[in-house]
Amino acid sequence: MSAAAVITMLIAMTVLWGGLAVAIWNINRFRGEEPGSVHRDL
Amino acid sequence: MSQELDHAEQQRGGFSSRKVFILAAIGSAVGLGNIWRFPYVAYENGGGAFILPYLIALLTAGLPFLLLDYGLGHRYRGSAPLSFRRAHRAAEGLGWWQVGICFVIAVYYAAVIAWAARYALFSFDKAWGDDPEGFLFGSYLQAGDPGIGLDFVSGVTVPLVLVWVAVLTMMVLGVQKGIGIASAIFIPILFVAFIALVVVALTLDGAATGLDALFSPDWGALTETSVWIAAYGQIFFSLSVGFGIMITYASYVGRRSDMTGSGLVVGFANSGFELLAGIGVFAALGFMATATGVGVDEVATEGLGLAFIAFPAIINEAPAGALIGILFFGSLVVAGVTSLVSVIEVVISAVRDKFEMTRTGASLAVGVPAAVISITLLGTTTGVYVLDIVDHFINRFGILLVAVASMLALAWVFRRTGLLRDHLNRDGSVQIGRTWEVLIGFVAPAALVFILVNELIDNIRVPYEDYPTWMLNTLGWGLAAAVLVLGFVAARLPWRASTPLDDPEVVAAQDERSS
Repeated sequence: MSAAAVITMLIAMTVLWGGLAVAIWNINRFRGEEPGSVHRDL
Repeated sequence: MSQELDHAEQQRGGFSSRKVFILAAIGSAVGLGNIWRFPYVAYENGGGAFILPYLIALLTAGLPFLLLDYGLGHRYRGSAPLSFRRAHRAAEGLGWWQVGICFVIAVYYAAVIAWAARYALFSFDKAWGDDPEGFLFGSYLQAGDPGIGLDFVSGVTVPLVLVWVAVLTMMVLGVQKGIGIASAIFIPILFVAFIALVVVALTLDGAATGLDALFSPDWGALTETSVWIAAYGQIFFSLSVGFGIMITYASYVGRRSDMTGSGLVVGFANSGFELLAGIGVFAALGFMATATGVGVDEVATEGLGLAFIAFPAIINEAPAGALIGILFFGSLVVAGVTSLVSVIEVVISAVRDKFEMTRTGASLAVGVPAAVISITLLGTTTGVYVLDIVDHFINRFGILLVAVASMLALAWVFRRTGLLRDHLNRDGSVQIGRTWEVLIGFVAPAALVFILVNELIDNIRVPYEDYPTWMLNTLGWGLAAAVLVLGFVAARLPWRASTPLDDPEVVAAQDERSS
């Protein structure tokens, strides 16, 4: 692989997978209210 | 909340937690397009340089549109028609238009899953032999001349029936026990299976050649309009936004959930999976190019050609080919099923809300006709042509058109974006500012209108794939127009007197003040 291809691949991985990791960290840090009970599906 | 609204919510069902909702939304967003469309689109549009327009499209159109859908469904607590109706009396038709589009998509999407399931079994003995293309159209699909026939192909019909039985079982089980549990099981399996596929693909000779072809940046491509259109188109189609799915799913989440944080996870999980798919697919294509002594450009392809012609050829040549086949086609099946479930739920949810039907009744009332039409039209020797035309037109002049129309209507006609922004910010971990409204009101619609107009001109100028005119006029243009008209006709039907049509948040606030 060329150096340019390796660098763009690493940038893509960092941005997209890093973005996912940050997004998951964010929602774990911020605990919103969960439903008190599972609604029945009638 | 008023007893009436509370009762309605209890009846509709819901996800047990935000985590289940996120998994279900990822299951919907991650579909066949992530695996067989993104890698080729990136390769054809600048390679490594494509990441820049792709990321800009994600941030300026994909995520803002996703949050618009979340805001609408979460605030108004209903299926697409009910949510639009609660947003404004005149908006309901947009919701039914989306429902019609989802019904059409479900009918043909199931067939591709059935093919993938059959090909997973074919992988064991490489049933396609040395000619995967001839096998696909000849021995397997037995494709005749374009038209609509009733010569059933058992190899397609049997797995298609099984797909519908499995999907309808999930739908009858309900939001949490069906969709929620299926997502919680299938999505981790999908990610693990695909990671295993990528690892195997990366060990093949020539994998680096494929990755070099995918990631070598062509910075000059960024000056071409077509590359930016491709980026916005890819983001739009892969996120499952604009046609009711995310509205419906968001209505099943707890009222005080963090929707903006959830949206970021879903958006980046979808794009992260696309990148993974790109690596896996191009590592395999690099192997194929090396093994046959040709350039990657000669083997690179997308869609049905990638899945059912290129991959069987790769499986023929690769060590552990059967394993690659099972992982690849198994991933297609799982990604497809979790997306199909979300598409058909848009219809079931709407029928339940409008006619106050039970979960089982609505699932069967929607699912059985969909399955019968699907098997009748797609399980035959002409099924592949029906699928190709319907998919082409409903994506462009169904999904794209309704997305633009609903976004512009909410922003400019009914002026609900400010209200939805406040709603998302109330419990959101990430606060969205007025920029979001600008993106929803100007940037995202402008990009989508540009794509739509280009598609319209192209399809008027050159008839799609030289199919007979009558097929294009009925299954293409006609069907896209029919779902629009029927959508606004359906909106004329009255709601049951017991269905609350007021804004649930306003009702809840009034209740809190009076108690």
